[in-house]
Amino acid sequence: MKDIILKAENISKQYRLGQVGTGTLSHDLNRWWHQIRGKENPYLKIGDTNDRSTKGQSDYVWALQDINFEVERGEVLGIIGKNGAGKSTLLKILSKVTAPTTGSIKSRGRIASLLEVGTGFHSEMTGRENIYLNGAILGMTKKEITSKLDEIIDFSGCQRYIDTPVKRYSSGMTVRLAFAVAAFLEPEILVIDEVLAVGDAEFQKKAIGKMQDISKGRGRTVLFVSHNMAAVKSLCTRGIVMEYGKVIFDDDIDRAVSYYLGGNGAERSNSKKINIDNELFNLKEIGLQNVGKSFDEPLVENEKIELFTNLVFHTDDTHRYHITYHLYNEQGESLFSFSNSSSDIQLKKGQNILKCIFPVNFFQSGNFSLTIFVIEDKRRSIFKENDIIHFTVIDGGRDLGVYMGREPGFIRPEFEWYLNE
Amino acid sequence: MNTQKNATSWLFEITPKNKFFSLNLKEVWQYRDLLFLFVKRDVITVYKQTVLGPLWYLIQPLFTSVTFTIIFNNVAGINTGTIPPFLFNLGGITVWNYFTACLTGTSDTFKSNAGIFGKVYFPRIITPLSIVISNLIKFGIQFFIFVAFFIFYYFQGANLSLNGLIIFFPLLIVIMGILGLGLGMLISSLVTKYRDFSHLIGFGIQLLMYLSAVMYPMELIKEKLPKFGWIVEYNPLAYIIETSRYLLLNVGNISIGGLIYTFIITVVVFFTGLLVFNRTEKSFIDTV
Repeated sequence: MKDIILKAENISKQYRLGQVGTGTLSHDLNRWWHQIRGKENPYLKIGDTNDRSTKGQSDYVWALQDINFEVERGEVLGIIGKNGAGKSTLLKILSKVTAPTTGSIKSRGRIASLLEVGTGFHSEMTGRENIYLNGAILGMTKKEITSKLDEIIDFSGCQRYIDTPVKRYSSGMTVRLAFAVAAFLEPEILVIDEVLAVGDAEFQKKAIGKMQDISKGRGRTVLFVSHNMAAVKSLCTRGIVMEYGKVIFDDDIDRAVSYYLGGNGAERSNSKKINIDNELFNLKEIGLQNVGKSFDEPLVENEKIELFTNLVFHTDDTHRYHITYHLYNEQGESLFSFSNSSSDIQLKKGQNILKCIFPVNFFQSGNFSLTIFVIEDKRRSIFKENDIIHFTVIDGGRDLGVYMGREPGFIRPEFEWYLNE
Repeated sequence: MNTQKNATSWLFEITPKNKFFSLNLKEVWQYRDLLFLFVKRDVITVYKQTVLGPLWYLIQPLFTSVTFTIIFNNVAGINTGTIPPFLFNLGGITVWNYFTACLTGTSDTFKSNAGIFGKVYFPRIITPLSIVISNLIKFGIQFFIFVAFFIFYYFQGANLSLNGLIIFFPLLIVIMGILGLGLGMLISSLVTKYRDFSHLIGFGIQLLMYLSAVMYPMELIKEKLPKFGWIVEYNPLAYIIETSRYLLLNVGNISIGGLIYTFIITVVVFFTGLLVFNRTEKSFIDTV
């Protein structure tokens, strides 16, 4: 039997747009008038889906609509979605900061939430005093904190400043101290929102490692919201994708991330029919895929990526022609150029399916575009098509405990290394 | 752990609305350490990085009493009988200050704590409770200065005596704290939606002071303004101030009927405040 620790049933949350104040009183009175006659709240029936970019019909929107899910004990659930999809609202409801408009959440364990580290820190108080205060706000008793105080101070790495007011701390130190307190919480269910976005690489490592401990080591249930797909993939076992206040996908984490990054299942494809025809050649199609995958799946960084170009030559002296590509990043800066002229492959008359393979981890996650050239006699460019294809490379899962942020740059070539030669 | 539990036993449920009266005392008790730490925070951070430190607690009532003595007793000529006017005013102000501190502190609960309340859950009532308690400590310090002046005047030969009923004084202060807490909770809930109340509270307290027999004996207003004296008689705070002066300085009257009235009002205000507060705490973050 499945051991369900948390169950959300038909959770909806309605917000009122515009300024609270204009017409609030009249709506309140109307609501109250309906209530005393035993009727339903009249404003609950109306409301649009929460699409920020379109103009709506109503003053009320549904930030969440009919959310249903179950979480098993020990599961690490990743919640992903675009800005405004309702992730944070859901976490706020789970952590009892605000109540749902309808529906209910049932839980078999204490929930502690980390929507922000350092909640309730008082700048005039010392680090030690703040550990107690923050710990108590998060639901620990004084006794629990005292028993873990040394570990907390040690984990934060702020021993030297522990009796100094927090206002003298650097912002990084404040965050470290705050996360240290939170890391030693021991609830059955931990709700975490984007806390990894803070701190330096070393601290991120520590934080992720600690979270791994919490979930894997001690079988704690974790609900994790983040835009860092590398972190989500590495930590979570299951993922739900949210859009416009609804859960649109619920599966294991790899599929959820792919679904989300792959444009939410819209017919996104990494191949493109071109059909540029001239007297010399016909450029039919260009596409990228991970080796062994299809054009419809998102490109992940930690697998080989192959680039296909489908080109039909109408002429016989194909040996005079080479294909050159320029790679651009999302800012339109050219990164490098590559060409089949550096290989001994010669194009033929008729159909050519030219394949170029990039090694594992060559691209960094990000958006790229290609410009294609047809070169004659290695001298003249006789054809050029700008931005012939755009593609996105996404984070693969990484080993736990390693850096989850993005390295600088756009590519990550492997070089040969030698020692003492 | 509790894997054997059957499918119907949930530890708790999050629902759209609180039950009618759901002051979860068990939960408040679980968070008692937080209450204590909030009180500690309120007390110790007030005089951090000040030269005079806790002396500020004493300066305010002393200077107000001096001003009142000059204006109301020397200029306006209010008669305080055998009691030195300064001591009369100091007593009234000390007690009154506790009420205003409780009311203004708690009436801002939701607005000024929106940052914390928006991020983490704990029983919200902990915050106003901590304000009432930390102000009690402040009151204790201010009361000490009153005692000092009482002794000073006594040895100066003023005709001072304690009333035997003084043992009930703490009870009176508790009632006043609860009244301030109830009213504060009520207003803090209204402020989340209608900011008008936070403007009202600022000068409302000023006006209320003049109706609360702080700087004059209750008898006097009835005698001098027979037409408006009844307003003061309907003010539960006036009974508290008058009674505390009766207990501390043995002047004025004690009105049992007035005290019962005050007690009933306090209970009604407190439970109304609690009810509204409970309803507000669930989703105030959406409107604040």
